[in-house]
Amino acid sequence: MHARRITRTPDAPDQMVLSFSASAPPGRSTQAEAQDPTVKNLEAKSSPAPAKRRAGKAKSPVTAEQMASQQREISISEFFAKNRHLLGFDNKRKALLTTVKEAVDNSLDACEEARLLPELRVSVTQTAEDRFRVTVRDNGPGIVKSQIPNIFGKLLYGSKFHRLKMCRGQQGIGISAAGMYGLITTGKPISIVSRTSKRVRAHHYELAIDTKKNRPDIMHEDEIEVDWAHGTEVTIDLVAAYVKGRQSIDEYLDQTAIANPHASLYYINPAGEHIDYPRASTDLPEETLEIKPHPHGIELGTLMKMLKETDSQQIGAFLQKEFSRVSPTVCRNVCAQAGVTPRTWVKQVDSHAAERVYQAFQSARIMAPSTDCLSPIGTQQILAGLLKGLKAEFYTASSRSPSVYRGNPFQVEVGIAYGGDLPGDQQARLIRFANRVPLLYQQSHCAVYKSVLEANWRSYGVQQSSGALPSGPLVVMVHFASVWVPFTSESKEAIADYDEIRKEVGLAIRESARKLQIFIRRRKRTEREGERRSVFFRYIPEVAAALNSITGQSAKRLKDELSAIATRRTELADRELDEHGQIIKKKRKDVLADDNTLIVERAPGAADGLFDGDDHRVIGAKKKRNDSASKARKGSRRARTQRAPK
Amino acid sequence: MAKKAGKQKTNQSTKPRRSTSGKKTTTRDKIVGLAEAVIGDIAKAENPTLDVPTRALSNVSFDKRTGIIEMGEATSERPFFDLGNAKRFMQTVLMSSELLKLQDQMKTTSIRDMFYRCKHTVEGSKEETFNDQDESDPVIEDLEVTLGALREELRVFANPDGAMVGPMTIRDSGDEIALSRMGSGGWAVPSIVEADVIEFIKCDAKFILLVEKAAIWSRFNEDRFWEKHKCMLITGRGQPPRGVRRLCFRMADELKLPLYVLVDNDPWGYYIYSVVKQGSINLAFESARMAVPQARFIGMSAYDAAEFDIPMNLSIRLNDKDIQRAKEIMNYPWFAGRHWQREIKHMLKLGVKLELEALSNKDFSFIADTYVPQKLKKKNWLN
Repeated sequence: MHARRITRTPDAPDQMVLSFSASAPPGRSTQAEAQDPTVKNLEAKSSPAPAKRRAGKAKSPVTAEQMASQQREISISEFFAKNRHLLGFDNKRKALLTTVKEAVDNSLDACEEARLLPELRVSVTQTAEDRFRVTVRDNGPGIVKSQIPNIFGKLLYGSKFHRLKMCRGQQGIGISAAGMYGLITTGKPISIVSRTSKRVRAHHYELAIDTKKNRPDIMHEDEIEVDWAHGTEVTIDLVAAYVKGRQSIDEYLDQTAIANPHASLYYINPAGEHIDYPRASTDLPEETLEIKPHPHGIELGTLMKMLKETDSQQIGAFLQKEFSRVSPTVCRNVCAQAGVTPRTWVKQVDSHAAERVYQAFQSARIMAPSTDCLSPIGTQQILAGLLKGLKAEFYTASSRSPSVYRGNPFQVEVGIAYGGDLPGDQQARLIRFANRVPLLYQQSHCAVYKSVLEANWRSYGVQQSSGALPSGPLVVMVHFASVWVPFTSESKEAIADYDEIRKEVGLAIRESARKLQIFIRRRKRTEREGERRSVFFRYIPEVAAALNSITGQSAKRLKDELSAIATRRTELADRELDEHGQIIKKKRKDVLADDNTLIVERAPGAADGLFDGDDHRVIGAKKKRNDSASKARKGSRRARTQRAPK
Repeated sequence: MAKKAGKQKTNQSTKPRRSTSGKKTTTRDKIVGLAEAVIGDIAKAENPTLDVPTRALSNVSFDKRTGIIEMGEATSERPFFDLGNAKRFMQTVLMSSELLKLQDQMKTTSIRDMFYRCKHTVEGSKEETFNDQDESDPVIEDLEVTLGALREELRVFANPDGAMVGPMTIRDSGDEIALSRMGSGGWAVPSIVEADVIEFIKCDAKFILLVEKAAIWSRFNEDRFWEKHKCMLITGRGQPPRGVRRLCFRMADELKLPLYVLVDNDPWGYYIYSVVKQGSINLAFESARMAVPQARFIGMSAYDAAEFDIPMNLSIRLNDKDIQRAKEIMNYPWFAGRHWQREIKHMLKLGVKLELEALSNKDFSFIADTYVPQKLKKKNWLN
């Protein structure tokens, strides 16, 4: 298996076609595959793709017949069983993370699609030295009995496969791959309990995967009583390693909580500690719409495949129906340029004509795709999430309007937290999300990382050595939302470096950084002001004592009188500063006292753990939306009191 | 503001007074007056402010008639509630209280002593009231001008640094001393040389020779120059301290002796001469009792190298700082005379400076045997 290609097919760009080709040149295999009846069959039925192994050049001692005896189909399951690193199971530590991640992502997707506020219980227990049991339970809609074996026991089976829609999962491999990994390493089947409503009992399955046939193997099946109304619980035993810190489950859940403030997470780690992330907001993300592919985003092969499969008779209808943003005018222009008419029969379009249509697409002026397919987290929710997860002093968020890369709509959001209890002597922490899923690996390959490096942080008052992340008590969060996230690899760890993406991320970061700059500058001024006060109060006793020594007047009285003057004068100075700097004040009102920025005044030394106890009460980000600046700050103070250690 | 609200007392006590006037109020009264003015400000809930006469070039004027530098009337406000001035204000008040103790105990002490009297850690911090003597010395100078009190009146003195020999007998604190019998080290000039301390009894000298450098002074002393030429030989070891300057003033004033100044040929040498002759910018308020307007610049001049045939390789190239300083000096009104402009320009043209020691290249005693006598004889000096 030299070439392994993953191709987006026209009607379902999320879909993966895996082809294993020993002889076909890589550039061609896409098309070849697209026309392969086997693959078509797979797409129609959503069944596993038995990719064909083709004959290589035979060496003289081996006859074609002899080789033929060794040539056989490979099941997708078998392939991944061998190449598990492709799915994020490279090592024990990552295997544990990937398992939890796949289960959590599925659960969140399911809850959101059913418009239910997600409530997830994640527990990881150590059963032997390198054996762990991962259990994830959600309050989703549950899964009907007949589908359970397919969903969990078959690779490439799922609901997200065939549509251009923003969601966490894309391929439909994750959870079954996790189950397969567990089965391979421990021999134990995956256990699923699912209940669809209060009126029915929960189904319980224990599934193994027949890797040869990519088929679920039902080991056990019954109905049981559970104390929850609806939802799904998955339990997987696997060989893994649990290490705290960066790139751990803990970090993953931390960040998931930030990007999903509408979800409650209850996590029990292998040490038996209960870590809770209660929801910070009761607003479910807006439901996203599926969209048709945009002409600028497709490839020739996909276009040809779509032509083949369309129900439309004439090319004009085909273009307008199967693509987004193709108006009659655009359609006419494209057809004219391609040398066809809108009335040309689809069946008559040969590969040359298809190529001309494809070329016409590239040069045509077509409206950017609609963006109601995107569900950004939203600045208020980002603030709520950051406030929930980080003990900083300053929070700001900015959201770019949707943009397009290669015909795919995408949107970038940035949140910045600064100061407070964030460690000041290290490089800033960068938290990346793609469609609300934290990205923990391959940071330096990610377009987001590059954009953060490129922002000139020094001009915003943050230290940065060349070629490195800025340093200081800073956390930068970047969320990339798109119907199709261009990951650099199948393990979904880094976002590919498209100019449009990098530019949008950069602009969003700069927008937030400008607010940070104002905050930093203002805080420095406050420091100076405080310094000034303390200088006076420091010297007052000296002056009083000296005057007393010269004149014999009461030192205490002099001290009191001087202190009174000092207090009055520094207050006066404050006021003068505000009034005198009217421009500054005005600017401040415009810039920092907006809905997207939050300043939390923290008493020094009130440090405690990241998430503890009542710390993450809902900070009504929504409530503040219409409030004035002063109220926003008042709200922040409320936040502080809630955070005070008990 | 506080300064204008000033009661008569304040005004009187905070204005600088020349040494000759203001004898009516004692130093003690002046210090107490200063403190009371501050307390007055506090009582009125105003920002306590000291008015300190400005000790800078901007506030001195050169009186062509008397030939001395005089201090102007400009004062700078030093309010306590001002970030830039708070510490200096505190230091000034603190220094005042210590100076008052000196008055009450009738003691005289060094300015270094005063530094240690005032130095302590500010309560509740790690900050020192004074970090080093460079901070406390200007505070004392501030008080001198603010109170209009001489250093002697404040009972403090700098480290005495100066030596003198010559055909003269004096009484120093009651001891009769023949300055012609002082050996190789000479008589150490004290910091305070007022008439009540130093008394001139007998003088055979015809003039005074003030030498910048102690080493050159030793050469003259060893060669008994003062005996041969009947002069008072005095050095201030660099920039002459107040004691030396005041003694020169008294000798010139009371004994009518002409004063010749011998310094290196560089901008700093010129300035030393001008301090002796016209007074200094920093201590302009004391010019009237220190400056000797009739002092003459005997050497070394930029023209001497040629005249005395001194090899060029003995001179040192002027550095940037020297050149900058020379240009500054050229702009001082007391160097405005054509002969001085010519002299400094010539030095800048040559681009070199020359030290007194360079003359020893010809002969160890060339400076005492040939150079100075010849210049005196030819009246080859600058005025």
